[in-house]
Amino acid sequence: MINFRFDGKTYAAQAGDTLAAALLRNGIGLVGRSFKYHRPRGIMTAGVEEPNALVTVGEGGRTEPNTRATDVFVYEGLVAKSQNRWPKLSFDVGSVLGLAAPALSAGFYYKTFFGSARKWMFYEYFIRKAAGLGNAPTLADPDRFSQRAAFCDVLVVGAGPAGMQAALDAAEGGKRVILVEQDNILAPSLLRDRQEQDADWTKTTAARIRAAGGVILTRTTASGYWEHDLVTLTQRISEPGQVPDNGVAQRLWHVRAGQVILATGSIERPMAFAHNDRPGVMLSQAVRTYVRRFGVVPGKRVVIATNNDDAYKTAQALKDAGAQIVAILDARPAPAGANSGHRVYNDAVPLSTKGARHCLKSVSALVDGKTMDWDADLLAVSGGFTPVVHLHMQAGGTLDWHEDAQAFIPASSRQNVTTIGGAAAPQPIFKMVPVSSAKKSFIDFQNDVTLADVDLAWAEGYRSVEHLKRYTTLGMATDQGKLSNMAALGRLAEKQGVAIPEAGLTTFRPPYTPVTMGLIAGASAKDAGAHVRRLALYDLHAAKNPIWQPLGYWFRPRAYPISGESLAQAALREAKAVRNNVGMTDVSTLAKFEVSGPDAAAFLDIICATTISKLAVGRGRYTFMLREDGIVFDDGTVWRLDEHRYLLTSSTGGADRMATHISYVRQFLCPHMRVSAVNVQEHYAGLAVAGPKAKAVIAALIGEEPPRHMSTVPAAIAGVPVIILAASYSGERAFEIYVDASQAEAVWAACESQVNALSGALYGLEAMEFLRIEKGHLVVGGEVDGRMTPHDLALDKMLNKAGGYIGASGLARPALSETGRRQLVGLEAIAGDIPEGAMLIPSEGASPQGHVSAAAFRIVTGGSVALGQLTDGFSRHGEILIASSPTRGQQARVRVVAPHFYDAAGERYRD
Amino acid sequence: MMRIPCPHCGPRAQSEFIYERTLDSVVPLNAPSQEAMAKLFTRNNPRGVDDEIWRHTYGCRAWMVLTRHRVTNEISGCRAIGPEALP
Repeated sequence: MINFRFDGKTYAAQAGDTLAAALLRNGIGLVGRSFKYHRPRGIMTAGVEEPNALVTVGEGGRTEPNTRATDVFVYEGLVAKSQNRWPKLSFDVGSVLGLAAPALSAGFYYKTFFGSARKWMFYEYFIRKAAGLGNAPTLADPDRFSQRAAFCDVLVVGAGPAGMQAALDAAEGGKRVILVEQDNILAPSLLRDRQEQDADWTKTTAARIRAAGGVILTRTTASGYWEHDLVTLTQRISEPGQVPDNGVAQRLWHVRAGQVILATGSIERPMAFAHNDRPGVMLSQAVRTYVRRFGVVPGKRVVIATNNDDAYKTAQALKDAGAQIVAILDARPAPAGANSGHRVYNDAVPLSTKGARHCLKSVSALVDGKTMDWDADLLAVSGGFTPVVHLHMQAGGTLDWHEDAQAFIPASSRQNVTTIGGAAAPQPIFKMVPVSSAKKSFIDFQNDVTLADVDLAWAEGYRSVEHLKRYTTLGMATDQGKLSNMAALGRLAEKQGVAIPEAGLTTFRPPYTPVTMGLIAGASAKDAGAHVRRLALYDLHAAKNPIWQPLGYWFRPRAYPISGESLAQAALREAKAVRNNVGMTDVSTLAKFEVSGPDAAAFLDIICATTISKLAVGRGRYTFMLREDGIVFDDGTVWRLDEHRYLLTSSTGGADRMATHISYVRQFLCPHMRVSAVNVQEHYAGLAVAGPKAKAVIAALIGEEPPRHMSTVPAAIAGVPVIILAASYSGERAFEIYVDASQAEAVWAACESQVNALSGALYGLEAMEFLRIEKGHLVVGGEVDGRMTPHDLALDKMLNKAGGYIGASGLARPALSETGRRQLVGLEAIAGDIPEGAMLIPSEGASPQGHVSAAAFRIVTGGSVALGQLTDGFSRHGEILIASSPTRGQQARVRVVAPHFYDAAGERYRD
Repeated sequence: MMRIPCPHCGPRAQSEFIYERTLDSVVPLNAPSQEAMAKLFTRNNPRGVDDEIWRHTYGCRAWMVLTRHRVTNEISGCRAIGPEALP
């Protein structure tokens, strides 16, 4: 005995029960309310195709809404709740929507929306409240979801008799085999059908497969078939809502198979007749499953409606279990079913059902042209069989029409996949046409789509099955039309007056059954979504408790507040130290490439848009790189360390992109060059020392005259070899020191003690931003935003006149030098502080003519300044504009000026 | 997810690779402006076999030219590129 709760009450289940079986065992027929009309719904199937019996299972972060009651096995303490009902399942206020059914017909949303936006907004509130499935949990899932890759020669999907035999043959033939079954037992259909291969056969076969090295995974669904025979498997280790034994709730497998065998069987079809959605109407094979596998008899007085022989097995099972077969309605003419020993009506098609909220009371049918009624509490229907061709179709296969079975079966495939068993050879059926009123004849039970909706879509001109699907929402519920698509196709073909295969098919997309997001995220959830790259000196910075700033995958100190400073206070203090005294900062994250070889200069002349080859040994210069279309995509500095050895730096954020670009150019465009371009971004740690006293700091550290601006020397600090580059981003005399990252700590410590000795300060990214904005230096991702040419950024004077660099031909396009382009400008506030990201407008309500890309303050004298992009900005210096940020509710009056607010002549970094 | 035959590492999962561009759209150095723009912006998108540039970014990092059918994803060839692959 296993105890579980449903809607607050405790019930008992037996070992091996699905939740659906356990509910039926306890006489519970009403399990949920339908999506749109809130019609009472029960259990219709015994498998993953269940459209009606959707429940929320589990509690807290383990809550799993929209779980099919037929696809969860009861465990001790399972908690399930019905969905889409208020205040309770048996009395649901929303069910009055059913009375409004004519107003909620196909295309309701489109019509309402296009009618009037205001009207839609009014409706939407109520629709969102009333419609829908279970609620997503708000708490984080406490369980882990793992992922695993596997390889095999043969993957067999479906452990029915055909699949197990195929797996056995392959395994004993020496192949590496994986056999997967979505149920929790092997060959469940044998229990249902009592075929000649019995439980012993199943046990023996499984043992032989395992003995031959095969892997058998139960409770595992092949949910997607991708390219080159990659199949994803979703394995349930614990049931929905259940606490897993080892913390792992589910596992996602990526299986690359040499060959895939699909033994996926078929899904029984319902029939379309009025009130065919009532609790007590079940699929025939499902009834048989409940009777024989679970020992639950879902009805005492049973009517069976069929168009095939299979339903007679259900009649036998029910009779053996003591139920009364009131009538078998066989759509086929006599003598079908004549020798079954049951009361069979031929040429009989169901018309409608009657009942109360929880149950079925009577069934009516059209028998040979006359209407007849029977009292019954269970109607088992079998409208034929739909082969499960999903994976075959996901693999890019084609289908053939099987006329006898009125079904599509797998034909050819471009991947190494074959289909065997029932999915390849469905049982023959008798072709039926619905005769009942279309209005309450449901075909898509989960999305509440009736035959009348299909008819309406047709009447409104929807001819293609793809349009029909989207207009009516048919097949778009979580069951993806497993029960409904064939019924809709049949109706559409009937309307078109063509055979079903000519009516077309919708696309089969993964996953076959719903997959939880956590499983797809796997171990990449939460903080592991993106990797963290740490500075070589991370611990050293962390000890100072800085405010961190994410920069690409990196984290860099944004500021080092002391004694309760705010970010702005700390940054301003740090920036002032650089302007007045000296500061130092970690610049390790900058992209760095060592380019060497006889053709190094020629190679750099291709990568960079400025001239490199004329650079003298020991000198460096600012440079920038273009995309092939002529737009600036990064900038940095280049240094000639030696005759044939250069160091190229570029932006942190663009580092990976630049590494790829350099590699592409080297490998693809310049394979003949004698050059090596190595990414040394993380080989070197870097620190910058900037300020009027920076020169004194460096002189003390290296014991000689520091290099002059834009020069480089090799040196040693604290006995560690370093490269010193005299470059300035801040606008002050400044030096960058690069050192083998593993030895950086000693160099940092030596520098820091010198900086401290001169009462300097550490500075972070925020102060660096203040400094560079005031100086008018560019930042990639800010001013360099993927739209600006060198001309737009006033860099054109530096372009290599000889051309030959990447982007030269793109830049030659006339449109890139026409007027009307956005150009880099400085902005100076007249009144107010300039909001970053603000648009630049000439007057209130005018169209934007540009925007503010970065805003800061004059560090020493105060006052708000900014960099921005403005249409034809170079010729508009002196103009007064408004920098307006409606999203921040801020604006400022600004004057357009040159983009240099500090030492425009560059005197501060020359000795 | 495709299985790509890296010329250096053998068959590997597509997730280890990054697609760069179709071979058609390689802009040769010093291409005239018009040709360069045509390569970048008006390139072919054939329904059928195409030569594509891929990189084994999360593997050996080498570049390669993959011959792939864009409808069926059938890969009919893969050759190495770069200085080591020069004749």
